[in-house]
Parts: sequence; structure tokens; C-alpha cells
Amino acid sequence: MREILELLERDARLPHETIATMTGLPVDEVTATIAEYEQAGVIRRYKAVVNWDAVEGQHSESVTAFIDVSVAPARGVGFDDVALRISRFDEVRSVYLVSGSHDLRCTVVGRDIRAVSDFVSQKLSTIDRVRSTATHFVLKTHKRDGDVFAEPEPDHRLPVTP
Amino acid sequence: MKPLNEVIAACPPSGIRRFFDIAAELDDVISLGVGEPDFVTPWRIREAGIYALEHGYTTYTSNAGLPRLRELVCADLANRYDAHYAWDSECLITTGVSEGLDLTLRVLLNPGDEVIVPEPCYVAYEPCVTFAGGAAVRVPTRWEDGFAIDAATVAAAITPRTKAILIGSPANPTGAVQPRPALEALVRLAEQHDLYLISDEIYDRLTYTGTHTCLGALPGARERTVVLGGFSKAHAMTGWRVGWICAPRPVAELCVRVHQYTMLCAPHVSQLAAVEAMTSAEDDVTEMVADYDRRRRVFVKGLREIGLDCPEPGGAFYAFPSIRSSGLDSETFAERLLRQEGVAVVPGSVFGPSGEGHIRCSYATALPLLEEALGRIDRFLRRE
Repeated sequence: MREILELLERDARLPHETIATMTGLPVDEVTATIAEYEQAGVIRRYKAVVNWDAVEGQHSESVTAFIDVSVAPARGVGFDDVALRISRFDEVRSVYLVSGSHDLRCTVVGRDIRAVSDFVSQKLSTIDRVRSTATHFVLKTHKRDGDVFAEPEPDHRLPVTP
Repeated sequence: MKPLNEVIAACPPSGIRRFFDIAAELDDVISLGVGEPDFVTPWRIREAGIYALEHGYTTYTSNAGLPRLRELVCADLANRYDAHYAWDSECLITTGVSEGLDLTLRVLLNPGDEVIVPEPCYVAYEPCVTFAGGAAVRVPTRWEDGFAIDAATVAAAITPRTKAILIGSPANPTGAVQPRPALEALVRLAEQHDLYLISDEIYDRLTYTGTHTCLGALPGARERTVVLGGFSKAHAMTGWRVGWICAPRPVAELCVRVHQYTMLCAPHVSQLAAVEAMTSAEDDVTEMVADYDRRRRVFVKGLREIGLDCPEPGGAFYAFPSIRSSGLDSETFAERLLRQEGVAVVPGSVFGPSGEGHIRCSYATALPLLEEALGRIDRFLRRE
């Protein structure tokens, strides 16, 4: 049921009882539905959205880069085999096939700029049929996964109003 | 000094004010006393307001309001509720429903005319009737009936001076949605006794059980019904102060006449933001309404679990549980709850005598805070 997924996507820690009340479904059904989604791989896993910029001392401990990759497609597989090969690297956090001037857009996280550069030059660029790459380092994260990382807007409402 | 206006001086201040003062001096208060959304206005609407300021839309508009906005309001009423008002002669944009109500009453009433007001009801209804020179005649509704308005009770209150019936549905403070048959019965009464109907429909979109009935769409109602609405609740735009009146032409014309001398026009920037709200914020409204509904279910269930009888609130964002089991009157209950547990609610008695024995709790508050508030109320009930 779509509403359960939407609720969990917003807050994965919502108790099943609360989801049941919100949706008007029996608790058992909510629990069973979620278990099915987990088994079917619809729900991949549960994780926290971390604003690393806000963690003291963490500023320089990792860097993120968006890397656009041009790939020569191959008969029968298109871009899929190369995309999968890139996806298997741990430092690669996401891989999308995109329209536009490049074919794949990847998110890569490394210890520092050097580590990411090395990854691109040693691993990514040397894969067969990878024709070129363009690397964009992230300087500051303003919003990710629907969360704006600025200070939340304060509640300006008066405590008691008609 | 010579005495001030005696009608206004005789009108007591809102009972809500006292709780505001107490809450303001306490720390760690969870407020369920707020009559407005906890959502900030959706960004696309705010951005349209900023754009309007940047591009110098800082002037007056026509008295009745931007034609585009009136067209949108009337088209929406027609599409959504099959209620038909001509945008250019039967609709005007006001600074919120509050002004709309004030204009309507001033236009409808002659000195001494009576307005029947089913209660518990929004705190401004009676004072606005009084300020317009009329007399409010309270008619009770009972929580055992889901606060449905009983036509026979209303009929018993009709006198030769009765001019209008003023209702709000979905209702602040009860969350009650008037069933269609109750509204149809009111229309029949109005026809029999030649009365006007004033329908405050500011919470129309926040209807969770059943569907909203626009009073102006009911057979026989249109020529005698003034529908009031706005953007404050569903679009989370309280502070923008923009609402509307849809009324039969003679009423609308006189409303514009008062409005042109007293208000001139609703704020231009707010009207442009409202145009954006009408044209592109439907998904935002749908999402907010779904969110209120989820919190409503959790909160009402929670109230019942801690032993408070709570009639099912079908609309708005208020629960109106009975606190009779505590043995306290609603004023005492609310004050003690606030001082002892730091939970602000509004005593039902401020909304009329039939509100006694209840408290108004707004669930337009983040879910963790609602759950914390329920825990505190539970602790309070066990002690009392």
C-alpha cells in the first residue's frame, strides 16, 4: 500500500501501531505488508539522513563528487554492464543513466579530493568503453533527500489563538 | 472624558486571551491552543509573494479584488461544490473571513435584528453580530448528536426580528461537519421564514469524513445564502489575511460598498499569492490535509485511550473531547492542565454554554508533541 511506503520514507521509525491508526488498517496487516515489502526488496533498508557538515571536525574527512561518465554502448546490453560494474565500487553511492551530454551520473564519496581523483583516473576511466568523465566536487550540501539543511524555520505562531 | 462606545465597551474580551497570557509566562508549554496550521505557507506561494514584491505589486487593487482571483474562486466553487456565483458581481476578496463576516453582518442587519447562532461556535460570531447592531440568539447543539444543528431547536428560536442564521461547518471549535440533511432543513426554515443564511466555510477543504456541502449549492439556498471562505487554513496562509465573500448580487454589492470605504482592498501581494495558491498548490493542500487526517486519527485514539470521550471530529483540525469525567469545569481544567503540565488547551466554555464540559485541542502540531501532550494529559487526569 502506497501510503505505508510514503509514511516510512518520511519517518522509518514510525511504530506499526501508529501507521495502523493513521491509515485505518489493522496492525497485523501493516506489519505483514511491511514484511512483504522488505522481502520483495521494495523496502531496501532503513537509514538516517545525516548532515555531515553539521558534525564538528568532519568537514575534511570526506568529500563527495558528482561524476558524469560518457560510455560507448554495446549491442545487447547498452550501458547496463558498465553501469553495474561502476555500481559495485563501495565509493560509488549512486549511479543513474541520464539524458543529456553524458550517459551516467554517479555520486562518489572519498576521504579527500585526491582519493576521488585517484578513483576516477585509476578505476573509472580505465573501464572498457568509458570514453570520458567530468568530475564536480560538492562544496556545500543545501538539501538532500527532501531535507533542507538550513536552520529549521521557527514556529512563529502565538501559543493560544482563536 | 466622555464615555466610549457602550456596545463595544460592554463586549467582554475573548476568554482565549487569559490563556494566552498564562501560556506566555510558562516554559516548556506544548500548545494545543493554536487555531492555525503548523505548516508554514507552501514555498511556491511564498515565492509568488516575494516575486510580487520584487516586481512592485505594492498598489491598491480594485475594491472587489483582482479579477483573476475572483474568477478562480468562483470557478473552484462551481467545480468542487456545484455552487454558482458570478465572479464579477457576486464575489469580493476580503482581508480574511473575519472581515467577510463583519461586512456581511453590517450589510444584512438593521438595529435590533436577531441572528441565530448555533453554539459552541467560533468566538467572533456573537461580537460581530453585536458590533453590527444586531442581537445574537444562541441555540445549543449537543455533543451527543455530534453537534449537528437541530432544525426544530433553531425554529423555536425564530421571532419576527430574526434576520439570519449564522453557521460554521466544518466547525471551530468542535470539528463537527454538518450533515447534508441538517443543512437542507436549515434552508427550508430560511425559506419559510424569509431568513438569510451565513455560512462560514473556511475549513471546507479540511473535511475527513464524508464530503463538504457548500450551503450555497443547496436547492433554494443560493438567493439567501452568503458563503464565506478563504486561504488561511487549507493553504496555511493565516497571516496573509485573504478571504472571500460569495453572495447574491444585492448583498455582494453592499458588501463592496462597505469594503471600499473601510478596507479599500485586500493586500495586493496577498491576493497574488492567493492566485498562486489557487493555480498551483493543489498537491500541497492534498498532502497537508492527508497529514492532518493522520494526526487526527492518532490524537483522537489517544484521547479515548486516556479516558476522554471524544466525538469523532470530521473536519477542521480540532478535537473537542468531553472532560466531564474529571469533575472539573472546562475553565478550571484548562488552567490547571496548563499550570501543572504545561499543556495549553482552550476551555470549551469560551465558545458558548454548550461547550462547557469540553476542551478544544488543536492537532495542528507535530506528531511527537501530540504524543507528549497526551502523556501529560494522562498524568494530569490520574492526579485530578
